[in-house]
Amino acid sequence: MNIENIKKEFPIFDDKIQNNDLVYLDSANSAQKPKMVVDRIYDFYTKEFSNVGRSVHYLAVAATNLYENTRSSVQKYINAKDKNEIVFTKGATEAINLVANTFGQKYLHEGDEVLITELEHHSNYVPWHFLRKSKKINIEFAEVNDDGEVTLESIEKKITNKTKIIGITHLSNVTGAILPVKEIVSLAHSKGIPVLVDGCQGAPHLKLDMQDLDCDFYAISGHKMYGPTGIGILYAKKKWLEELPPYQGGGGMIGEVKKKGISYGDLPNKYEAGTMATAQVIAFNESIKFLEKIGIENIEKHEKDLLNYAIEVLKKNNSINIVGNPKKKGGVISFTVEGIHPHDLATILDEDGVAIRAGHHCCQILHDKLGLSATARASFGVYNSREDIDQLNESLNKCKKIFNLK
Amino acid sequence: MNLKELYQEIILDHGKNPRNLRRTENFNKDAKGHNPLCGDKVHVYLKLNENKKVEDISFEGQGCAISMASASIMTDLVKGKEEFEVKEIVNDFLDMIKKKDQLNNNILNEDDKTKLMCLSGVKQYPMRVKCATLSWHTLTSAINNSQEEINTERN
Repeated sequence: MNIENIKKEFPIFDDKIQNNDLVYLDSANSAQKPKMVVDRIYDFYTKEFSNVGRSVHYLAVAATNLYENTRSSVQKYINAKDKNEIVFTKGATEAINLVANTFGQKYLHEGDEVLITELEHHSNYVPWHFLRKSKKINIEFAEVNDDGEVTLESIEKKITNKTKIIGITHLSNVTGAILPVKEIVSLAHSKGIPVLVDGCQGAPHLKLDMQDLDCDFYAISGHKMYGPTGIGILYAKKKWLEELPPYQGGGGMIGEVKKKGISYGDLPNKYEAGTMATAQVIAFNESIKFLEKIGIENIEKHEKDLLNYAIEVLKKNNSINIVGNPKKKGGVISFTVEGIHPHDLATILDEDGVAIRAGHHCCQILHDKLGLSATARASFGVYNSREDIDQLNESLNKCKKIFNLK
Repeated sequence: MNLKELYQEIILDHGKNPRNLRRTENFNKDAKGHNPLCGDKVHVYLKLNENKKVEDISFEGQGCAISMASASIMTDLVKGKEEFEVKEIVNDFLDMIKKKDQLNNNILNEDDKTKLMCLSGVKQYPMRVKCATLSWHTLTSAINNSQEEINTERN
Protein backbone atom coordinates (compact mmCIF):
# COMPACT_ATOMS: atom_id res chain seq x y z
CA MET A 1 0.00 0.00 0.00
CA ASN A 2 1.48 3.30 -1.06
CA ILE A 3 0.99 6.22 1.26
CA GLU A 4 1.01 8.68 -1.64
CA ASN A 5 -2.39 7.59 -2.88
CA ILE A 6 -3.76 6.22 0.35
CA LYS A 7 -6.66 8.68 0.31
CA LYS A 8 -8.59 6.46 -2.09
CA GLU A 9 -8.79 3.77 0.59
CA PHE A 10 -11.03 6.12 2.60
CA PRO A 11 -14.62 6.31 1.30
CA ILE A 12 -15.28 9.59 3.15
CA PHE A 13 -13.14 11.40 0.58
CA ASP A 14 -15.13 10.04 -2.38
CA ASP A 15 -17.94 12.55 -2.02
CA LYS A 16 -18.04 16.26 -1.51
CA ILE A 17 -18.87 17.46 1.98
CA GLN A 18 -21.14 20.51 1.62
CA ASN A 19 -19.89 21.02 -1.95
CA ASN A 20 -16.24 20.93 -0.96
CA ASP A 21 -13.46 18.42 -1.14
CA LEU A 22 -12.87 17.43 2.45
CA VAL A 23 -9.63 18.62 3.97
CA TYR A 24 -9.66 16.62 7.17
CA LEU A 25 -7.26 18.03 9.76
CA ASP A 26 -8.90 16.64 12.89
CA SER A 27 -7.37 13.19 13.16
CA ALA A 28 -6.11 13.78 16.71
CA ASN A 29 -9.78 13.99 17.60
CA SER A 30 -10.77 10.94 15.56
CA ALA A 31 -9.37 9.43 12.38
CA GLN A 32 -11.37 8.58 9.26
CA LYS A 33 -11.94 4.91 8.43
CA PRO A 34 -10.48 2.92 5.55
CA LYS A 35 -12.93 0.86 3.50
CA MET A 36 -11.54 -2.44 4.79
CA VAL A 37 -12.54 -1.50 8.34
CA VAL A 38 -16.01 -0.35 7.38
CA ASP A 39 -16.57 -3.44 5.21
CA ARG A 40 -15.48 -5.72 8.00
CA ILE A 41 -18.19 -4.39 10.30
CA TYR A 42 -20.82 -4.86 7.60
CA ASP A 43 -19.64 -8.36 6.75
CA PHE A 44 -19.52 -9.45 10.34
CA TYR A 45 -23.04 -8.27 11.04
CA THR A 46 -24.48 -9.64 7.80
CA LYS A 47 -22.68 -12.99 7.54
CA GLU A 48 -20.95 -13.95 10.76
CA PHE A 49 -22.67 -12.40 13.72
CA SER A 50 -22.81 -14.06 17.09
CA ASN A 51 -21.83 -13.18 20.62
CA VAL A 52 -18.44 -14.45 21.69
CA GLY A 53 -17.12 -16.70 24.42
CA ARG A 54 -20.36 -18.28 25.53
CA SER A 55 -22.27 -20.56 23.19
CA VAL A 56 -20.89 -23.62 21.45
CA HIS A 57 -22.63 -23.25 18.08
CA TYR A 58 -20.70 -22.69 14.89
CA LEU A 59 -21.18 -18.92 14.65
CA ALA A 60 -20.25 -18.42 18.30
CA VAL A 61 -17.02 -20.35 17.93
CA ALA A 62 -16.11 -18.56 14.70
CA ALA A 63 -16.84 -15.14 16.20
CA THR A 64 -14.83 -15.99 19.30
CA ASN A 65 -11.89 -16.93 17.11
CA LEU A 66 -12.13 -13.67 15.17
CA TYR A 67 -12.35 -11.71 18.40
CA GLU A 68 -9.28 -13.44 19.79
CA ASN A 69 -7.43 -12.96 16.50
CA THR A 70 -7.60 -9.21 17.08
CA ARG A 71 -6.07 -9.72 20.49
CA SER A 72 -3.17 -11.61 18.92
CA SER A 73 -2.74 -8.95 16.23
CA VAL A 74 -2.61 -6.20 18.85
CA GLN A 75 -0.13 -8.19 20.92
CA LYS A 76 2.12 -8.51 17.92
CA TYR A 77 1.64 -4.91 16.82
CA ILE A 78 2.66 -3.46 20.18
CA ASN A 79 5.13 -6.23 20.99
CA ALA A 80 3.52 -7.36 24.22
CA LYS A 81 4.95 -10.50 25.80
CA ASP A 82 1.65 -12.24 26.29
CA LYS A 83 -1.66 -12.10 24.42
CA ASN A 84 -3.45 -11.99 27.77
CA GLU A 85 -1.85 -8.65 28.52
CA ILE A 86 -4.28 -7.13 26.00
CA VAL A 87 -7.62 -6.09 27.49
CA PHE A 88 -10.38 -4.67 25.30
CA THR A 89 -12.23 -1.65 26.64
CA LYS A 90 -14.68 0.82 25.18
CA GLY A 91 -11.90 3.33 24.64
CA ALA A 92 -8.66 4.71 26.03
CA THR A 93 -10.71 6.61 28.59
CA GLU A 94 -12.10 3.39 29.99
CA ALA A 95 -8.65 1.84 29.94
CA ILE A 96 -7.29 4.64 32.13
CA ASN A 97 -10.36 4.55 34.37
CA LEU A 98 -9.81 0.82 34.80
CA VAL A 99 -6.26 1.37 36.03
CA ALA A 100 -7.05 4.39 38.21
CA ASN A 101 -9.99 2.59 39.77
CA THR A 102 -8.41 -0.79 40.45
CA PHE A 103 -4.91 0.45 41.27
CA GLY A 104 -6.43 3.14 43.48
CA GLN A 105 -8.61 0.62 45.29
CA LYS A 106 -5.74 -1.67 46.10
CA TYR A 107 -2.64 0.47 46.43
CA LEU A 108 -3.52 4.09 47.16
CA HIS A 109 -4.05 5.52 50.61
CA GLU A 110 -4.51 8.90 52.19
CA GLY A 111 -1.63 11.23 51.40
CA ASP A 112 -0.28 9.17 48.51
CA GLU A 113 0.61 11.03 45.34
CA VAL A 114 -0.27 10.36 41.72
CA LEU A 115 2.07 12.22 39.38
CA ILE A 116 0.75 13.32 36.01
CA THR A 117 1.77 16.20 33.73
CA GLU A 118 0.33 19.55 32.69
CA LEU A 119 0.06 18.16 29.16
CA GLU A 120 -2.49 15.50 30.05
CA HIS A 121 -5.90 15.63 28.47
CA HIS A 122 -8.88 15.16 30.72
CA SER A 123 -8.92 11.36 30.30
CA ASN A 124 -5.63 11.11 32.15
CA TYR A 125 -6.58 13.52 34.90
CA VAL A 126 -10.25 13.13 35.79
CA PRO A 127 -10.07 9.37 36.57
CA TRP A 128 -7.28 10.12 39.08
CA HIS A 129 -9.25 13.07 40.46
CA PHE A 130 -11.95 10.66 41.65
CA LEU A 131 -9.35 9.20 44.01
CA ARG A 132 -8.83 12.59 45.63
CA LYS A 133 -12.29 12.20 47.10
CA SER A 134 -12.52 8.46 47.67
CA LYS A 135 -8.94 7.89 48.85
CA LYS A 136 -7.79 11.38 49.85
CA ILE A 137 -4.78 11.18 47.58
CA ASN A 138 -2.98 14.16 46.05
CA ILE A 139 -2.32 14.77 42.38
CA GLU A 140 0.93 16.40 41.36
CA PHE A 141 1.60 17.91 37.95
CA ALA A 142 4.98 17.80 36.24
CA GLU A 143 5.45 21.17 34.59
CA VAL A 144 5.39 21.87 30.91
CA ASN A 145 8.20 24.17 29.70
CA ASP A 146 7.99 27.14 27.32
CA ASP A 147 8.45 24.84 24.33
CA GLY A 148 5.40 22.83 25.32
CA GLU A 149 7.43 19.81 26.45
CA VAL A 150 7.57 17.78 29.62
CA THR A 151 11.14 16.69 30.22
CA LEU A 152 12.63 13.88 32.25
CA GLU A 153 13.92 16.50 34.68
CA SER A 154 10.48 18.02 35.25
CA ILE A 155 9.16 14.54 36.10
CA GLU A 156 12.10 13.86 38.40
CA LYS A 157 11.51 17.12 40.25
CA LYS A 158 8.00 16.05 41.25
CA ILE A 159 8.76 12.50 42.35
CA THR A 160 8.63 12.13 46.11
CA ASN A 161 8.61 9.12 48.41
CA LYS A 162 4.82 9.40 48.33
CA THR A 163 4.58 9.01 44.54
CA LYS A 164 2.76 5.73 43.91
CA ILE A 165 2.10 5.86 40.18
CA ILE A 166 2.99 8.12 37.25
CA GLY A 167 0.64 8.84 34.35
CA ILE A 168 2.06 10.49 31.21
CA THR A 169 0.97 11.10 27.68
CA HIS A 170 3.09 9.59 24.90
CA LEU A 171 2.37 12.48 22.54
CA SER A 172 0.62 15.72 23.48
CA ASN A 173 -2.61 16.38 21.60
CA VAL A 174 -1.98 20.12 21.86
CA THR A 175 1.72 20.87 21.43
CA GLY A 176 2.56 17.58 19.71
CA ALA A 177 5.45 17.00 22.14
CA ILE A 178 6.68 13.41 22.23
CA LEU A 179 7.68 12.57 25.78
CA PRO A 180 10.84 10.62 26.64
CA VAL A 181 8.70 7.71 27.82
CA LYS A 182 11.47 5.14 27.95
CA GLU A 183 13.67 7.35 30.11
CA ILE A 184 10.77 8.31 32.39
CA VAL A 185 9.83 4.65 32.85
CA SER A 186 13.38 3.70 33.65
CA LEU A 187 13.67 6.52 36.20
CA ALA A 188 10.33 5.61 37.78
CA HIS A 189 11.20 1.93 37.96
CA SER A 190 14.50 2.72 39.66
CA LYS A 191 12.31 4.16 42.43
CA GLY A 192 9.80 1.32 42.32
CA ILE A 193 7.02 3.42 40.74
CA PRO A 194 4.83 2.00 37.94
CA VAL A 195 4.04 4.11 34.88
CA LEU A 196 0.84 4.41 32.85
CA VAL A 197 1.24 5.82 29.35
CA ASP A 198 -1.73 7.49 27.68
CA GLY A 199 -1.21 6.36 24.11
CA CYS A 200 -4.22 8.09 22.53
CA GLN A 201 -1.98 10.12 20.24
CA GLY A 202 1.11 7.94 20.41
CA ALA A 203 -0.46 4.75 19.12
CA PRO A 204 -1.67 6.02 15.72
CA HIS A 205 1.59 7.76 14.87
CA LEU A 206 4.54 6.09 16.56
CA LYS A 207 6.13 2.68 16.57
CA LEU A 208 4.91 0.80 19.61
CA ASP A 209 7.15 -1.63 21.42
CA MET A 210 6.07 -2.49 24.95
CA GLN A 211 9.31 -4.40 25.60
CA ASP A 212 11.35 -1.36 24.66
CA LEU A 213 9.19 1.20 26.53
CA ASP A 214 8.83 -1.17 29.49
CA CYS A 215 5.84 0.80 30.80
CA ASP A 216 3.39 -0.94 33.13
CA PHE A 217 0.22 0.25 31.41
CA TYR A 218 -0.44 1.62 27.94
CA ALA A 219 -3.88 2.94 26.92
CA ILE A 220 -4.93 2.92 23.26
CA SER A 221 -7.88 4.49 21.49
CA GLY A 222 -9.19 2.41 18.57
CA HIS A 223 -10.98 5.17 16.69
CA LYS A 224 -7.86 7.32 16.51
CA MET A 225 -6.05 4.38 14.85
CA TYR A 226 -8.39 4.30 11.83
CA GLY A 227 -10.57 1.84 13.74
CA PRO A 228 -14.22 1.88 14.83
CA THR A 229 -15.48 3.89 17.77
CA GLY A 230 -16.34 1.98 20.92
CA ILE A 231 -13.09 0.10 21.21
CA GLY A 232 -9.94 0.76 23.14
CA ILE A 233 -7.11 -1.30 24.49
CA LEU A 234 -5.45 -1.51 27.81
CA TYR A 235 -2.04 -3.10 27.68
CA ALA A 236 -0.89 -4.04 31.16
CA LYS A 237 1.97 -6.18 32.34
CA LYS A 238 0.63 -9.55 33.38
CA LYS A 239 1.62 -9.20 37.00
CA TRP A 240 -0.59 -6.12 37.32
CA LEU A 241 -3.58 -7.78 35.73
CA GLU A 242 -3.12 -10.68 38.10
CA GLU A 243 -2.70 -8.50 41.18
CA LEU A 244 -5.32 -5.83 40.57
CA PRO A 245 -8.97 -6.46 41.43
CA PRO A 246 -11.57 -6.73 38.64
CA TYR A 247 -13.04 -3.48 37.32
CA GLN A 248 -16.62 -4.24 36.37
CA GLY A 249 -18.69 -7.24 37.35
CA GLY A 250 -20.95 -9.29 35.11
CA GLY A 251 -21.04 -12.17 32.70
CA GLY A 252 -17.86 -13.29 31.04
CA MET A 253 -15.51 -12.17 33.81
CA ILE A 254 -16.38 -14.85 36.33
CA GLY A 255 -15.09 -18.28 37.24
CA GLU A 256 -17.69 -19.76 39.55
CA VAL A 257 -20.70 -17.95 40.92
CA LYS A 258 -22.25 -19.25 44.15
CA LYS A 259 -24.54 -17.62 46.66
CA LYS A 260 -21.72 -17.50 49.13
CA GLY A 261 -18.95 -16.37 46.87
CA ILE A 262 -17.66 -15.68 43.40
CA SER A 263 -14.37 -16.49 41.75
CA TYR A 264 -13.13 -14.51 38.79
CA GLY A 265 -12.15 -15.66 35.35
CA ASP A 266 -8.65 -16.00 33.99
CA LEU A 267 -6.91 -13.22 32.13
CA PRO A 268 -7.99 -11.31 30.19
CA ASN A 269 -11.63 -12.32 30.83
CA LYS A 270 -11.40 -10.97 34.37
CA TYR A 271 -11.49 -7.46 32.89
CA GLU A 272 -14.00 -7.97 30.08
CA ALA A 273 -17.40 -8.05 31.76
CA GLY A 274 -20.59 -8.24 29.74
CA THR A 275 -20.99 -8.37 25.98
CA MET A 276 -18.07 -6.52 24.48
CA ALA A 277 -18.00 -4.39 21.32
CA THR A 278 -17.63 -7.56 19.32
CA ALA A 279 -17.97 -6.19 15.78
CA GLN A 280 -15.69 -3.27 16.53
CA VAL A 281 -13.00 -5.48 18.03
CA ILE A 282 -13.14 -7.76 15.00
CA ALA A 283 -13.01 -4.79 12.60
CA PHE A 284 -10.12 -3.31 14.56
CA ASN A 285 -8.02 -6.18 13.28
CA GLU A 286 -8.38 -4.57 9.85
CA SER A 287 -7.06 -1.27 11.23
CA ILE A 288 -3.96 -3.07 12.46
CA LYS A 289 -3.57 -4.74 9.05
CA PHE A 290 -4.01 -1.37 7.38
CA LEU A 291 -1.28 0.20 9.50
CA GLU A 292 1.00 -2.77 8.93
CA LYS A 293 0.50 -2.63 5.17
CA ILE A 294 1.66 0.98 5.03
CA GLY A 295 4.30 0.48 7.68
CA ILE A 296 4.54 2.67 10.76
CA GLU A 297 7.97 3.93 9.65
CA ASN A 298 6.41 5.25 6.43
CA ILE A 299 3.60 6.84 8.41
CA GLU A 300 6.06 8.57 10.74
CA LYS A 301 8.07 9.82 7.79
CA HIS A 302 5.00 11.05 5.93
CA GLU A 303 3.61 12.89 8.94
CA LYS A 304 6.99 14.39 9.80
CA ASP A 305 7.20 15.77 6.28
CA LEU A 306 3.70 17.24 6.55
CA LEU A 307 4.50 18.72 9.93
CA ASN A 308 7.68 20.40 8.71
CA TYR A 309 5.90 21.73 5.67
CA ALA A 310 2.98 23.04 7.74
CA ILE A 311 5.28 24.77 10.21
CA GLU A 312 7.17 26.36 7.31
CA VAL A 313 3.96 27.58 5.65
CA LEU A 314 2.27 28.81 8.81
CA LYS A 315 5.39 30.55 10.08
CA LYS A 316 5.44 32.65 6.91
CA ASN A 317 1.99 33.85 7.81
CA ASN A 318 2.95 36.50 10.34
CA SER A 319 -0.34 36.71 12.24
CA ILE A 320 -0.19 33.02 13.20
CA ASN A 321 1.33 31.93 16.49
CA ILE A 322 2.12 28.25 16.85
CA VAL A 323 1.71 26.92 20.40
CA GLY A 324 4.89 25.25 21.65
CA ASN A 325 8.06 24.30 19.89
CA PRO A 326 8.99 20.82 21.10
CA LYS A 327 12.19 19.26 19.79
CA LYS A 328 10.44 15.95 19.24
CA LYS A 329 7.01 16.61 17.80
CA GLY A 330 4.20 14.58 16.25
CA GLY A 331 1.69 15.67 13.61
CA VAL A 332 -0.27 18.16 15.69
CA ILE A 333 -0.16 21.94 15.37
CA SER A 334 -2.10 24.16 17.73
CA PHE A 335 -2.15 27.80 16.84
CA THR A 336 -3.83 31.13 17.30
CA VAL A 337 -4.41 33.90 14.79
CA GLU A 338 -4.08 37.44 16.07
CA GLY A 339 -7.46 39.15 16.18
CA ILE A 340 -9.58 36.08 15.41
CA HIS A 341 -10.96 33.70 17.98
CA PRO A 342 -10.34 30.00 17.22
CA HIS A 343 -14.06 29.28 17.00
CA ASP A 344 -14.54 31.92 14.36
CA LEU A 345 -11.60 30.40 12.48
CA ALA A 346 -13.13 26.93 12.67
CA THR A 347 -16.50 28.13 11.36
CA ILE A 348 -14.96 30.01 8.43
CA LEU A 349 -12.56 27.16 7.58
CA ASP A 350 -15.47 24.74 7.64
CA GLU A 351 -17.08 26.73 4.86
CA ASP A 352 -14.13 25.69 2.66
CA GLY A 353 -14.35 22.06 3.75
CA VAL A 354 -11.37 22.41 6.07
CA ALA A 355 -12.12 20.51 9.29
CA ILE A 356 -10.04 21.57 12.28
CA ARG A 357 -10.73 21.62 15.99
CA ALA A 358 -11.08 24.73 18.11
CA GLY A 359 -11.30 24.96 21.85
CA HIS A 360 -9.21 23.58 24.68
CA HIS A 361 -8.98 20.07 23.18
CA CYS A 362 -9.87 18.53 26.55
CA CYS A 363 -6.74 20.14 28.02
CA GLN A 364 -7.97 22.96 30.24
CA ILE A 365 -5.01 22.66 32.63
CA LEU A 366 -2.58 23.26 29.79
CA HIS A 367 -4.59 26.12 28.29
CA ASP A 368 -4.77 27.82 31.69
CA LYS A 369 -1.02 27.45 32.00
CA LEU A 370 -0.51 28.93 28.52
CA GLY A 371 -2.92 31.75 29.36
CA LEU A 372 -5.11 30.86 26.38
CA SER A 373 -8.83 30.21 26.60
CA ALA A 374 -8.83 28.35 23.32
CA THR A 375 -6.61 27.44 20.39
CA ALA A 376 -7.17 26.14 16.88
CA ARG A 377 -5.64 22.78 16.05
CA ALA A 378 -4.73 21.06 12.82
CA SER A 379 -3.76 17.41 13.21
CA PHE A 380 -2.64 14.98 10.55
CA GLY A 381 -3.37 11.45 9.44
CA VAL A 382 -2.03 9.16 6.73
CA TYR A 383 -4.43 10.63 4.15
CA ASN A 384 -3.24 14.22 4.42
CA SER A 385 -1.05 15.86 1.83
CA ARG A 386 0.84 19.10 1.28
CA GLU A 387 -2.17 20.33 -0.72
CA ASP A 388 -4.23 20.10 2.47
CA ILE A 389 -1.77 22.40 4.22
CA ASP A 390 -1.92 24.84 1.32
CA GLN A 391 -5.72 24.85 1.53
CA LEU A 392 -5.52 25.42 5.28
CA ASN A 393 -3.26 28.40 4.75
CA GLU A 394 -5.44 29.80 2.00
CA SER A 395 -8.54 29.49 4.15
CA LEU A 396 -6.76 31.12 7.09
CA ASN A 397 -6.03 34.06 4.82
CA LYS A 398 -9.71 34.16 3.95
CA CYS A 399 -10.48 34.44 7.67
CA LYS A 400 -8.21 37.43 7.90
CA LYS A 401 -9.95 39.00 4.93
CA ILE A 402 -13.39 38.52 6.48
CA PHE A 403 -12.12 40.06 9.71
CA ASN A 404 -10.51 42.93 7.79
CA LEU A 405 -7.05 42.00 9.01
CA LYS A 406 -3.87 42.29 7.01
CA MET B 1 -24.95 28.79 4.45
CA ASN B 2 -23.58 32.23 4.20
CA LEU B 3 -20.58 33.46 6.11
CA LYS B 4 -21.37 37.05 5.18
CA GLU B 5 -24.65 36.77 7.07
CA LEU B 6 -22.85 35.47 10.11
CA TYR B 7 -19.96 37.90 10.10
CA GLN B 8 -21.71 41.12 9.20
CA GLU B 9 -19.87 44.39 9.63
CA ILE B 10 -21.78 45.21 12.79
CA ILE B 11 -20.83 41.88 14.39
CA LEU B 12 -17.18 42.33 13.49
CA ASP B 13 -17.26 45.86 14.85
CA HIS B 14 -18.86 44.90 18.16
CA GLY B 15 -16.68 41.80 18.35
CA LYS B 16 -13.52 43.81 17.93
CA ASN B 17 -14.53 46.82 20.02
CA PRO B 18 -17.10 45.55 22.48
CA ARG B 19 -19.18 48.26 24.17
CA ASN B 20 -19.56 48.17 27.94
CA LEU B 21 -16.64 45.78 28.37
CA ARG B 22 -15.84 46.78 31.93
CA ARG B 23 -17.16 46.31 35.42
CA THR B 24 -19.98 48.58 36.63
CA GLU B 25 -19.11 50.34 39.83
CA ASN B 26 -21.58 49.65 42.63
CA PHE B 27 -23.37 46.99 40.62
CA ASN B 28 -26.19 45.36 42.56
CA LYS B 29 -26.74 42.26 40.46
CA ASP B 30 -24.31 40.05 38.60
CA ALA B 31 -23.87 36.54 37.22
CA LYS B 32 -21.24 34.46 35.52
CA GLY B 33 -21.59 32.32 32.42
CA HIS B 34 -19.30 29.72 30.96
CA ASN B 35 -19.27 27.62 27.83
CA PRO B 36 -16.90 24.79 28.79
CA LEU B 37 -16.74 23.45 25.25
CA CYS B 38 -15.27 26.62 23.74
CA GLY B 39 -13.85 28.14 26.89
CA ASP B 40 -15.99 31.27 26.49
CA LYS B 41 -16.53 33.12 29.75
CA VAL B 42 -18.70 36.09 30.59
CA HIS B 43 -19.52 38.01 33.74
CA VAL B 44 -22.50 40.39 33.53
CA TYR B 45 -22.86 43.31 35.98
CA LEU B 46 -26.11 45.15 36.43
CA LYS B 47 -27.03 48.27 38.33
CA LEU B 48 -30.76 48.74 38.83
CA ASN B 49 -32.00 51.95 40.42
CA GLU B 50 -34.80 52.19 42.95
CA ASN B 51 -37.37 52.17 40.12
CA LYS B 52 -35.92 48.92 38.80
CA LYS B 53 -34.52 50.65 35.76
CA VAL B 54 -31.16 49.57 34.32
CA GLU B 55 -28.92 52.46 35.25
CA ASP B 56 -25.85 50.64 34.00
CA ILE B 57 -24.92 47.28 32.58
CA SER B 58 -21.51 45.95 31.66
CA PHE B 59 -19.66 42.72 31.12
CA GLU B 60 -16.25 41.18 31.35
CA GLY B 61 -15.16 38.11 29.49
CA GLN B 62 -13.52 36.57 26.54
CA GLY B 63 -14.80 34.68 23.60
CA CYS B 64 -15.31 34.54 19.87
CA ALA B 65 -16.55 37.41 17.73
CA ILE B 66 -20.12 36.17 17.98
CA SER B 67 -20.21 35.94 21.77
CA MET B 68 -18.43 39.26 22.29
CA ALA B 69 -20.66 41.02 19.76
CA SER B 70 -23.78 39.51 21.26
CA ALA B 71 -22.86 40.65 24.78
CA SER B 72 -21.88 44.08 23.46
CA ILE B 73 -25.12 44.64 21.55
CA MET B 74 -27.16 43.23 24.42
CA THR B 75 -25.69 45.63 26.98
CA ASP B 76 -26.19 48.54 24.60
CA LEU B 77 -29.85 47.75 24.03
CA VAL B 78 -31.03 47.06 27.56
CA LYS B 79 -29.43 50.10 29.15
CA GLY B 80 -32.12 52.46 30.37
CA LYS B 81 -34.86 49.84 30.13
CA GLU B 82 -36.98 48.72 33.04
CA GLU B 83 -36.39 45.30 34.54
CA PHE B 84 -39.63 43.79 33.17
CA GLU B 85 -38.75 45.18 29.74
CA VAL B 86 -35.32 43.62 29.90
CA LYS B 87 -36.88 40.24 30.64
CA GLU B 88 -39.19 40.61 27.67
CA ILE B 89 -36.34 41.57 25.34
CA VAL B 90 -34.25 38.62 26.53
CA ASN B 91 -37.09 36.14 26.01
CA ASP B 92 -37.92 37.58 22.62
CA PHE B 93 -34.27 37.37 21.53
CA LEU B 94 -33.87 33.77 22.74
CA ASP B 95 -37.13 32.80 21.00
CA MET B 96 -35.92 34.41 17.79
CA ILE B 97 -32.58 32.56 17.93
CA LYS B 98 -34.31 29.26 18.66
CA LYS B 99 -37.36 29.34 16.41
CA LYS B 100 -38.91 32.58 15.25
CA ASP B 101 -38.06 34.59 12.16
CA GLN B 102 -38.39 37.96 13.81
CA LEU B 103 -38.50 39.90 17.04
CA ASN B 104 -41.97 40.59 18.42
CA ASN B 105 -41.38 42.92 21.35
CA ASN B 106 -42.69 46.47 21.28
CA ILE B 107 -39.94 47.82 23.47
CA LEU B 108 -37.05 48.15 21.07
CA ASN B 109 -37.21 50.54 18.15
CA GLU B 110 -36.72 49.32 14.59
CA ASP B 111 -33.04 50.33 14.44
CA ASP B 112 -32.28 48.36 17.57
CA LYS B 113 -34.22 45.38 16.30
CA THR B 114 -32.27 45.46 13.05
CA LYS B 115 -29.06 45.49 15.07
CA LEU B 116 -30.19 42.50 17.06
CA MET B 117 -31.34 40.61 13.99
CA CYS B 118 -27.74 40.71 12.76
CA LEU B 119 -27.13 37.90 15.23
CA SER B 120 -29.76 35.70 13.57
CA GLY B 121 -27.08 34.39 11.17
CA VAL B 122 -25.99 31.90 13.84
CA LYS B 123 -29.21 29.96 13.30
CA GLN B 124 -27.52 28.29 10.35
CA TYR B 125 -24.65 27.20 12.59
CA PRO B 126 -26.13 25.09 15.37
CA MET B 127 -22.78 24.74 17.14
CA ARG B 128 -22.49 28.52 17.36
CA VAL B 129 -25.93 29.30 18.80
CA LYS B 130 -24.52 28.95 22.32
CA CYS B 131 -21.96 31.64 21.54
CA ALA B 132 -24.76 34.09 20.80
CA THR B 133 -26.97 33.17 23.74
CA LEU B 134 -24.47 32.79 26.60
CA SER B 135 -24.50 36.43 27.72
CA TRP B 136 -28.31 36.59 27.47
CA HIS B 137 -28.78 33.57 29.71
CA THR B 138 -26.27 35.12 32.06
CA LEU B 139 -28.23 38.38 32.13
CA THR B 140 -31.37 36.45 33.07
CA SER B 141 -29.48 34.74 35.85
CA ALA B 142 -28.25 38.13 37.13
CA ILE B 143 -31.76 39.59 37.12
CA ASN B 144 -33.13 36.54 38.94
CA ASN B 145 -30.27 36.68 41.43
CA SER B 146 -30.01 32.97 40.91
CA GLN B 147 -26.34 32.77 41.99
CA GLU B 148 -25.95 29.87 39.65
CA GLU B 149 -23.20 30.06 37.06
CA ILE B 150 -24.70 29.64 33.62
CA ASN B 151 -23.16 26.66 31.91
CA THR B 152 -24.11 26.10 28.29
CA GLU B 153 -23.70 22.36 28.72
CA ARG B 154 -26.22 22.18 31.52
CA ASN B 155 -29.05 24.09 29.91
